[in-house]
Amino acid sequence: MTSDHLTRRGLLQGGVAVAATVPALGGASTVAAQPRQEGGRMTPVELTVNGREVHLQLDPRTTLLDALREHLHLTGTKKGCDHGQCGACTVIVEGRRINSCLTLAVMHDGEKVTTIEGLGTPEKLHPMQKAFIVHDGYQCGYCTPGQICSAVAVLDEIEAGVPSHATVDLNKVALSDAELRERMSGNICRCAAYPNIIAAMRNVAGEAKA
Amino acid sequence: MKPFTYERATSLEQAAKAVASVQGARFIAGGTNLLDLMKLQIETPAHLVDVNRLGLDKIEKTPEGGLRIGALVRNTDLAADATVRRDYAVLSRALVAGASGQLRNKATTAGNLLQRTRCPYFYDTRMPCNKRRPGSGCAALKGISRGLAIIGTSDACIAQHPSDMAVAMRLLDATVETVDAAGGRRAIPIADFHRLPGDTPHVEHTLKPGELITAVTLPRPLGGTHVYHKVRDRASYAFALVSVAAVFGKDGSARFAFGGLAPKPWRVAAADAAAPSGAKAVAEAALAGARPTEQNGFKQGLTARTLASVFRQKEAAA
Repeated sequence: MTSDHLTRRGLLQGGVAVAATVPALGGASTVAAQPRQEGGRMTPVELTVNGREVHLQLDPRTTLLDALREHLHLTGTKKGCDHGQCGACTVIVEGRRINSCLTLAVMHDGEKVTTIEGLGTPEKLHPMQKAFIVHDGYQCGYCTPGQICSAVAVLDEIEAGVPSHATVDLNKVALSDAELRERMSGNICRCAAYPNIIAAMRNVAGEAKA
Repeated sequence: MKPFTYERATSLEQAAKAVASVQGARFIAGGTNLLDLMKLQIETPAHLVDVNRLGLDKIEKTPEGGLRIGALVRNTDLAADATVRRDYAVLSRALVAGASGQLRNKATTAGNLLQRTRCPYFYDTRMPCNKRRPGSGCAALKGISRGLAIIGTSDACIAQHPSDMAVAMRLLDATVETVDAAGGRRAIPIADFHRLPGDTPHVEHTLKPGELITAVTLPRPLGGTHVYHKVRDRASYAFALVSVAAVFGKDGSARFAFGGLAPKPWRVAAADAAAPSGAKAVAEAALAGARPTEQNGFKQGLTARTLASVFRQKEAAA
């Protein structure tokens, strides 16, 4: 499952297989069920995570975030507040960014999930990952996977004409710093790397247009 | 979270039956509010019925020239819909004023109408709250009440309705369509959908157990100038202190609905009638009988100033 040509667009359209260097799946496509918990009936869940099919048996209480981190060991996606307020858990499901902490894994049976590990690898960074490095879009890095997943999806939303609170003309969505700031307000950065995150996004948006 | 069982509904009737027949069962759609509350054990459903795959995600024109919005249409999709942007701009504006991009991608039309208050005492399980635990009292009355309601409240509860979308729906005279466990259908005018707290603040709407929202319909477009203005503590991603939805007709008529002020989206006929007299008169009519606390009396003046801004935006758009 090697991907020679990894693009943001291809990934979001779900067609491109993700680089084989994704570490955590350990070759097994079925992850052993966790011990049965009180009252919870184990439910089978099938997901395509970063281009790879996985089969899980989950207590229905398992959030998508915990399924990714605790069951698939994809720990790039971070748990911050666990209440949808900070955005550290942002992943892309069926092409849309969501808070993985506020959704149950069982609700996503059969769906495609892209995490930071699926966007790029250390050897082959996604353009947004590169831009975050170039523009110093982080300090401690804890919020960064969520920021990057969100940033990638934001550029798609603008391109698709999805309006935001910063949109001047509802029928003509334009790319501006005000738009980017508004759309990224669901991703908190306590190091306050915000200006550099906007610069990174501007950079990627500019390259995509060129 | 407390343990629960989960099933994915296969039809509307089956979903309604499942929730009506299992004690403590709840529908789950976007889950952005329900799961948050379940983690805090404010909501502890024994059984969840997932209604995400019932085909309720369509937006279509009605024979009457209005719009029928499926209950599961995501907030992002509703705000971005071409017809909504053109003909119901106030709804699009209200939607994008709420929550974050991630949440709007998940949150649904029906779920948004049903979202629970963000009163801090509703969220704090160590504190009395008549909405969370009927009969336990209201800690907000003498507590931190800055963000809470000033009108339509009772001695049992002063929680505010948190939605932006619902304010625009109220302004547009939306109708909530439902199906129940017996297969019966009803259409509830949004004015009658949410209930004021009275002595039973835990009863927030007029749905029966197992009754499932299938769609929200809008009447024919009103035309005119649409404005949604929200005032909050942060520039983005915060609940309203005060919000105003307004449509100004070409004939000089106007209608207003308000968020952040009441336990339900607030609309008063006298406020619409006061439009020719300006912002202050509209605010006074809308808030006649208000009972603010010591901490949230500022919302009265803020409502008048927010309305003044809304009138200015209307002038600028004309």
